[in-house]
Amino acid sequence: MITFWFAILVLAWVLYFVLEGFDFGVGVLAPFLGRDEHERGAAIRTIGPFWDGNEVWLVAAIGVTFAAFPAWYAVLLSALYLPMVAILLLLAVRGVALEFRGKHDSPAWRRRCDWLLAGSSAGVVLLWGAQLGVFVHGLALNADGAVIGSGLGRSLAPLVTPAAGLGALAALLGTVLLGATFLALRTTGPVRRRAVSLARNGGNLGTVGLLLAGVATGSRITLVAAVVCFVAGMLARRGREGSAFTAVAVGVAGAVVTVFTAHGSVVLRSTLDPLWSLTRAEAAATPSALQLITIAGVIVLPGVLAYQAWSYWVFRRRVASERIAS
Amino acid sequence: MDVLDLTRLQFAVVTIYHYLFVPLSISLSAVAAGLHLTWMHTGSEKFLHLTKFVGKLLIVTFAVGVVTGLVQEFQFGLGWSAFAKFYGDVFGPTLAIEGMLAFFLEATFLALWYFGWGRLPRRLHAATIVVVAVGTLLSAYIILAANSFMQNPVAYALDPQTGRAHLTSFGELLTNEVVLAAFPHTMAGAAMAGGGLLLAIGVWRLAADAAFRTLARAGAWLMLIGGAMTAITGDHLGKVMTAVQPMKMAAAEALYETTTGAPFSVFALGKLGHEKPFLTVEIPHLLSFLGTGSFDGTVQGIDDLQAQYVAQFGPGSYVPMIPVAFWTFRLMIGAGVAGMALAAYYLWASSSSRRFRIPLLPAFLQLGAGVPGWAKRILLLSPLLPAAANTFGWVFTETARQPWLAFGISKVSDGISPGLTSAEVVASLAGFTLIYGLLAVAWYKLVVHLSRKPLAPETPVEAAEAQPVPAY
Ligand code: HDD
Ligand code: HEM
Ligand code: HEM
Repeated sequence: MITFWFAILVLAWVLYFVLEGFDFGVGVLAPFLGRDEHERGAAIRTIGPFWDGNEVWLVAAIGVTFAAFPAWYAVLLSALYLPMVAILLLLAVRGVALEFRGKHDSPAWRRRCDWLLAGSSAGVVLLWGAQLGVFVHGLALNADGAVIGSGLGRSLAPLVTPAAGLGALAALLGTVLLGATFLALRTTGPVRRRAVSLARNGGNLGTVGLLLAGVATGSRITLVAAVVCFVAGMLARRGREGSAFTAVAVGVAGAVVTVFTAHGSVVLRSTLDPLWSLTRAEAAATPSALQLITIAGVIVLPGVLAYQAWSYWVFRRRVASERIAS
Repeated sequence: MDVLDLTRLQFAVVTIYHYLFVPLSISLSAVAAGLHLTWMHTGSEKFLHLTKFVGKLLIVTFAVGVVTGLVQEFQFGLGWSAFAKFYGDVFGPTLAIEGMLAFFLEATFLALWYFGWGRLPRRLHAATIVVVAVGTLLSAYIILAANSFMQNPVAYALDPQTGRAHLTSFGELLTNEVVLAAFPHTMAGAAMAGGGLLLAIGVWRLAADAAFRTLARAGAWLMLIGGAMTAITGDHLGKVMTAVQPMKMAAAEALYETTTGAPFSVFALGKLGHEKPFLTVEIPHLLSFLGTGSFDGTVQGIDDLQAQYVAQFGPGSYVPMIPVAFWTFRLMIGAGVAGMALAAYYLWASSSSRRFRIPLLPAFLQLGAGVPGWAKRILLLSPLLPAAANTFGWVFTETARQPWLAFGISKVSDGISPGLTSAEVVASLAGFTLIYGLLAVAWYKLVVHLSRKPLAPETPVEAAEAQPVPAY
């Protein structure tokens, strides 16, 4: 039961990072791939109907974490208090910038929204990436499951580690590639052209970077990621945008699964004493709670997946970024 | 302030802010669904334009509700991790089920509706907004069930070894008598909130389009009926509250001694301590009626309850902050009554019928007399009254629960995250205040901008999107 819910939880986080990952990517890229207001609008419209549904996967992921592993939820959020608050604030700015942008006619308003969207998307991605790095590295948890330290440094210190830095960079690379391949798939005109070329160049650059990192650290996962990058770039060049997007998505999913399973049954590693690490079994809810969410999940989640898929089908048309001569 | 007070302050600020937008989303989605169905039924252009207009208001309001709601979902772990650990088995599933059942529904179907004009078959398209409206009610119900657990814990058992609570029956949690009473009351309050917004916008833009008169009158009816419903449901909620949390009702009236046939003070000046205030306006027997349903019922006083709780739970103070409880309760009711008065005045004065005249009444108060400029300016304030009533209601509910977090089983001071520092909370509180302030300004600007635009669209914006090239 615990393993089953752990799997569901990882699935929810994977769906969140992949789905919201592409709309973060589009947010970051829109001001760069769209040269004027119209083109940026086209880029942003590709995610208009989807971003909120994607973000609910975060609600689901954190909700399932709370329901199935309450102690994990409690320790994680209070230990990483400030980075989590920063993510929430950036997400607030981001969601509102996205939704408010098109509702006002003033070009200055739209320009401001574009930059807020790009900045907050990039910020969120870097912070999530850094936190995933922290999951791998571990936290200074004491016997009570609290992070020690004082002042602001208590919850910010874990972010100034090499693992966090690497995580942030990897996350940025992943989302930019997701965003570029998604834009290539969902637009026509200049934005599509630029997105394809970004996916190709970004893919190549990523491949080289990851190869170097992989060889330097001897990490097999990094080498696998390099292959994914290469394949995605190649597919994008051949005009197989759907497959390119899928390749990147699989790569990101693999990375997230790797992070969550990095320490076996330990969900949060203590850097002070391995005995103080939080394990799945310790963090898990009681069987009755697990049973309840199992029943709810089995009934509700297939429906959710079905209607979300349907909404992707309803909005399957590409968004034109070229100007229609009038 | 110590870290506990700061964390409480932050919870209050962030939650109240969320709840300024949520009631608007709840009622605007129902109004949008109603307008959409009316348009389908009558085919009248006016209703189509109003549907799209209310839809835009809904989208911008919903966006703020969503991003601030996300914060709510994390709050229990950020500041209250001890509470989250011990009550995770009760709260976790409830929040998870809310997310799976309601939030996905709302988010996905709102997008399908908003972007779906011309892409979905007509009936299916109309159904999507109905789904959104139902989704908002579902999420409100489930979260209120979670909150009602804190007011009146039911359906749980404490594990003697770990001290952790676990849920014994989800059905029982969902049918807590407090949530059964609180849900209709909050939904009536939500109707008032949306009504007030539509009334103000309609009155402001009356001259621009005849459709705004329809909007203003619909808003006023919503506010008036919603107001009547808050009174009826609030009366019932008060009785349930008196039964499960007698201290709250005693605090709401600053009633120290157990009293039979207790009066309700409309107003009090001076100390709310043991000694009598020097000026009060009281309605005899009303408190007994509110609390028990009988004019001669007995309402327990603070002193007796304190003694009883000390015997039951051990030494300590079980008395919430009396002035806060006393005044927030009155301000909630007062703001609601003032809102109803505004709505009633508008409906009366703007009526197209002039069938009768009431002698002695000044001309501007006659039926169908029209709304003079100064009265229009006052009507522009109508969104603020329900917002104030909602806020005061929550501040009352949550502060008069003190010192308990979950009544009778867990104290507020036991819930806070271990290790949390004041500096962190100050930093996050500053961040929330700044960003939320900016969001409010942007929301206000956008609502004003959207209301200024002509209702009938000049160029269909969606046309640019309708390119016939499917991506997959
Ligand atoms: C427009 C909003 C509005 C208006 C006009 C009223 N209320 Fe209210 N009230 C709320 C909005 C609200 C609320 C914000 O929605 C609360 C907070 C928690 C809850 O369940 O509803 C609330 C709470 C609340 C409680 C506390 C419940 C508890 O602590 O468990 C009582 C006893 C009442 N109300 C009673 C009344 C009465 C007798 C009213 C008028 C005659 C009234 N309310 C008007
Ligand atoms: C599931 C629903 C809710 C839960 C679990 C909940 C829980 C809590 C918690 C943990 C606190 C901090 C401890 C305390 O000071 O009492 C609190 C305080 C507070 N909450 Fe709620 N709350 C819920 C809903 C709401 C809503 C919807 C509002 C209003 C919009 C609200 C208004 C407040 C206020 C004003 C305080 C401050 C009280 C104080 O500092 O004494 N709550 N609540
Ligand atoms: C303190 C507890 C609360 C939590 C944890 C919470 C959580 C959330 C979350 C995560 C969302 C965003 C959903 C999305 O992404 O679509 C949201 C929105 C919403 N919440 Fe809250 N909420 C709380 C209090 C309340 C209360 C008391 C009510 C109603 C009485 C309410 C009603 C709603 C509704 C109707 C929405 C959808 C409409 C909108 O986004 O404006 N919430 N809430």
